[in-house]
Amino acid sequence: MLNKTNGNQDQPALFLPRASLQRLLDALRAAGWRCHGPTVRDGAILYGPISRADELPRGVHADQAPGSYRVRESDSPRQFAWANGPQALKPLLFAPRETLWRAKRAPDGALRFEESAQQTQRIALIGARACDLAALALQDKHFLQGRFRDPYYARRREALFIVAVNCSHPADTCFCASTGDGPRATSGFDIALSELDDGFVAEAAAERGRAILDGLALAPASRAQLAQAAAESERAARMQKRTLPSRNLRDALFRNLDHPRWSDVAQRCLSCGNCTSVCPTCFCHAENEVPALDGVESAHAREWDSCFTRGHSYLAGFTVRPDTRTRYRQWLTHKLGSWHDQFGRSGCTGCGRCIAWCPVGIDITEEAAAICAEDA
Amino acid sequence: MTNPYLPLEARIVERVQESPSIFTLRLQLTDEAARNTYRFDAGQFNMVYVHGAGEVPISIVSDPRDPHLLDHTIRKVGRVTSALADLEAGDRVGLRGPFGRGWPLERSRGRDVAIVTGGLGCAPVVAVINYILMRREHFGRLTVIQGVKHAEELIWRERYAYWQSLPDVQVLLSADHGGPLWPWHVGRVTEVFEDAHLRPGSVAMICGPEIMMQIAARQLAARGIAEDDIWVSMERNMQCAVGHCGHCQFGPDFVCRQGPVFPYPRIKPLFSVKGF
Repeated sequence: MLNKTNGNQDQPALFLPRASLQRLLDALRAAGWRCHGPTVRDGAILYGPISRADELPRGVHADQAPGSYRVRESDSPRQFAWANGPQALKPLLFAPRETLWRAKRAPDGALRFEESAQQTQRIALIGARACDLAALALQDKHFLQGRFRDPYYARRREALFIVAVNCSHPADTCFCASTGDGPRATSGFDIALSELDDGFVAEAAAERGRAILDGLALAPASRAQLAQAAAESERAARMQKRTLPSRNLRDALFRNLDHPRWSDVAQRCLSCGNCTSVCPTCFCHAENEVPALDGVESAHAREWDSCFTRGHSYLAGFTVRPDTRTRYRQWLTHKLGSWHDQFGRSGCTGCGRCIAWCPVGIDITEEAAAICAEDA
Repeated sequence: MTNPYLPLEARIVERVQESPSIFTLRLQLTDEAARNTYRFDAGQFNMVYVHGAGEVPISIVSDPRDPHLLDHTIRKVGRVTSALADLEAGDRVGLRGPFGRGWPLERSRGRDVAIVTGGLGCAPVVAVINYILMRREHFGRLTVIQGVKHAEELIWRERYAYWQSLPDVQVLLSADHGGPLWPWHVGRVTEVFEDAHLRPGSVAMICGPEIMMQIAARQLAARGIAEDDIWVSMERNMQCAVGHCGHCQFGPDFVCRQGPVFPYPRIKPLFSVKGF
């Protein structure tokens, strides 16, 4: 379904004029996909259903800094001139809250368990960034490729078509170039676009992406357009100010479990869990029972949980991580440390959301650097 | 596609009150096909569901030779276990499992086994003791070391007296606070290690409060048991049992998947660090 190459070497990259973007949306809809794309809502760029290309955020930028996110408008004709908003692809696949099954009790006491019926929408997501595609690969590994497969995630995953748009406007909080995950999308998409002022360089990575582009009968992109697209990606990498060391930090983190910095960051951290909500790779969730008042039906639901809550590490009368120091340490040693053992790479793809959406502006790159400094 | 989150219905065949707060539920899957394919290893656990209350992970303490009847010994501590405590024979529950890795019983064949446990009578290791005694010819000497706080907390007292009467079995019990009818050691459980006849080449299996397991593992290692032969049963918050929900992580491992029984060297680096 999704191959690993960046475009098809046999097939030249095409040029999609901006005026033809609507034709791409129409072709996706005709092929049975409901289009979701970036829109400005509640002062942020969020993904949601769209049907017209002119609903895309034209000339909208997102200024981000530790603890700050502001949408700003300009007269740029571009519609993807923004760095990521709070959502990754995560909420589309790993639902923030959903009922897994229902237990019904018959009058004789017998229990019947029913998987919750769900309508899975076929969604074409337009505007996915490289950092989020790297995160998606990690969530796929977690929910689909272990011994147990999550059927809820799997159904939505199979029904997702991805149009990546290479990031040309990274935020001050971004560092995907240092984690090796961006800014150019190299895998995990059906179609990848690079935005220029007058249109897009378009490449298909998968058969079904190719079928959509073929139907648009586009002209090949010119040498100048290809050069411009490549230059924009390089510029987007160069613009990034923050870095996370590209080496494996696991041993350095676990050698420094008593580092004074853990107490220092705990003084600032509110243990609110914003970072884990916006993180595109965090997968923790709680299972909750929601009994109906009739005493007959009871729903078994799951919702996103965070290692920053007290309940996360609670067991039979005691809490393994009773304070912010141990919770932040759990989060960071997992994300940048034991993630390597579990998934063969770090759990951070450099999207920078945890920095922008932290109410007190804690910067993961700064904390990691401080804790691992003497271990470099 | 099978759904690893969806329970099967099970019936409570029998309920036994073991102590004021501890009870055993004997469960049987009601679906015949599911019952006939169900198999488990000693030390694995099931997720047991109470209608309207939720699921909890509970070790299977009956013999794996009979996978049709599944005993779960439960201490009433929280919301779900309190709801479980109110159920009676004939009532229905949900059941998913078995999950996790159990005790290394195959690996331990032909060898001496030391069982160390603490707290309120650790049901999972009692299952191991029963397993070994039912297959006596396959194992060497059996040493049982158990510590409790108060003498009256020990459940299944008569079993310990019986085990002690058997050849090649040594039982060492200890209570921090004894009583007039407590014939065993009074003091710290670590003090009775001195009296244990442990030969090199023994296998040790430990279950109980973490601080006690840390001390026990060190004591056993100091008495010549190879660290690779020391096995520890870990407990963490478990909600999904299939390695997805993230609560039971212990460093690199998901306790529900790579555990709950771990070889000591695997968990040793983080074992005594508070917060993991």
